Amino acid sequence: MRRRVLPGLPLSLGITLFYAGLIIALPIGALIFKAASLGPEEYWRIVTSGRALASYRVTVLAALIATVFNLVFGLALAWVLVRYSFPGKRLLDAIVDLPFALPTAVAGIALTTLFASNGWFGSLLAEAGIRVAYTPIGIMIAMAFTSLPFIVRTVQPVLEDLDPALEEAAQSLGGTDGEIFRRVILPLLTPALLAGVSLSFARSLGEFGAIIFIAGNQPFETEITALLVFIRLEEYDYQAAAAIASVLLFTAFLMLAATNILQARALRYTARG
Amino acid sequence: MNAQRKPPRIGDSPAIRRILIAFVLFFGAILVVAPLVVIFTQAFSQGFAAFVANIVHPDTRHAILLTVLTALIAVPLNTAFGVAAAWAITKFDFRGKRALIVLIEIPFSISPIVAGVAYLFVYGLQGLFGPALQSADIKILFALPGIVLASMFVTAPFVARELIPLMQAQGRDLEEAATSLGASGWRTFLSVTLPNIRWALLYGVVLCNARVMGEFGAVSVVSGNIRGQTNTLPLHVELLYHDYNTAGAFAAASILTLLALVTIVAKVLLEKQGAGRASRPALAASAKPAASTEGAKP
Repeated sequence: MRRRVLPGLPLSLGITLFYAGLIIALPIGALIFKAASLGPEEYWRIVTSGRALASYRVTVLAALIATVFNLVFGLALAWVLVRYSFPGKRLLDAIVDLPFALPTAVAGIALTTLFASNGWFGSLLAEAGIRVAYTPIGIMIAMAFTSLPFIVRTVQPVLEDLDPALEEAAQSLGGTDGEIFRRVILPLLTPALLAGVSLSFARSLGEFGAIIFIAGNQPFETEITALLVFIRLEEYDYQAAAAIASVLLFTAFLMLAATNILQARALRYTARG
Repeated sequence: MNAQRKPPRIGDSPAIRRILIAFVLFFGAILVVAPLVVIFTQAFSQGFAAFVANIVHPDTRHAILLTVLTALIAVPLNTAFGVAAAWAITKFDFRGKRALIVLIEIPFSISPIVAGVAYLFVYGLQGLFGPALQSADIKILFALPGIVLASMFVTAPFVARELIPLMQAQGRDLEEAATSLGASGWRTFLSVTLPNIRWALLYGVVLCNARVMGEFGAVSVVSGNIRGQTNTLPLHVELLYHDYNTAGAFAAASILTLLALVTIVAKVLLEKQGAGRASRPALAASAKPAASTEGAKP
């Protein structure tokens, strides 16, 4: 154990604990307290009500599809940004972060305008018989937008650090590009991909602002869980709001644990190389 | 960036290259570029004069002021917290450090709606302190303090998560040398630590500010959406949009979009200084003393 010589522990730790306690722990504790005060039967009745279950199904399904899309698109984007050079590449690299920087409400109204049946894309898709705005597809698009940067940004550094010697060795052994990608590169990217996937999925589960404009918000059809919490609040049904919000909270805790484990693994993986 | 190598690497054949670039440009154009374009075309759809009239409308002006005011309070407090947390976590060993890091990270993974609801159960009438606050005639919810608190919750990790991996990688030797030569704690921080972390600090502040000014879900629960009073700019966008004032909504949205674009430019410039991405992936392992050193790019 090293001897402590630096000053400032009481002050810095004091500020940290006070702020984290007041700003983070207190409200979360209050929410859990409120949900717990319902009693198990009442709590269970609320969180397994038909409308709540339907909202979980809508949210999880849309988040899964959005994440799968981002897995493919994010991997391709990271690959293109690391491996190729072409005009506009730096701009593309910068603009990938737009979904993090653009307020979600702004993203929501922009996507809705684009995909409404009279919008630029919505009108084209309507001719093909596909409705996007006010359907679950709209929810998926909003989720795909807001979580777009996660997978790109977790895979990109790993791809940059990939040792070219591995590929050369595989090539000298006669592997085709497809084989080398599948059996040499993809396994090396997997930890980073999984970490990105869990971040992307978690973000999609909790997203609110971008979705409510494009979703249509029909109970049982296009109502996400976060919106159901909001609706219960507006109805002054605070108990139901607390119970359903606590479901989102515990899901977030689970995702946080998963992300931390996957990130730690991804890090060990890259540190070894 | 990798130097161009003589032997072709996999995926370098012209066909695959073209297909992949076309694929990402196609979806990039649909998902990222088109929203940007539509925001500005809609904002100016009734002409420049109408755009200006929408921006200078008293309710929009008030929303801008409230948003700026919120950021002016929340961002400095958040920055102080982030620096204090990074100092405590990286310069000392104490029990429960891992748990503290997880606690700081929590807001990042929580739905903004859940954050807003949680604050309701602290300061609202049906919450822990609500009745006491009401009898003391202190207004927190549906007023500026509630908006600031909710914004501080959602952005709590932003500065700390930039600083912790970087300061972890830089170690304690420089600071220990400075204090053993007789420098005070503040002097050590200001002239030894701060110069080493300034770009990462600024990076965290820029991202924190963008999120505070753009926060929608959490603020929408605690603000009460009172037009001309507790309506921040993102909430005002929603209100105008639901009023079928599309040009007005997009005019207000275009201000927030400009903020986002400025944020991205600042981000790119700061990343050139070594801030951000380089130190980002190390967060999960930052509790361990000998974590990776990849954040140490000068």
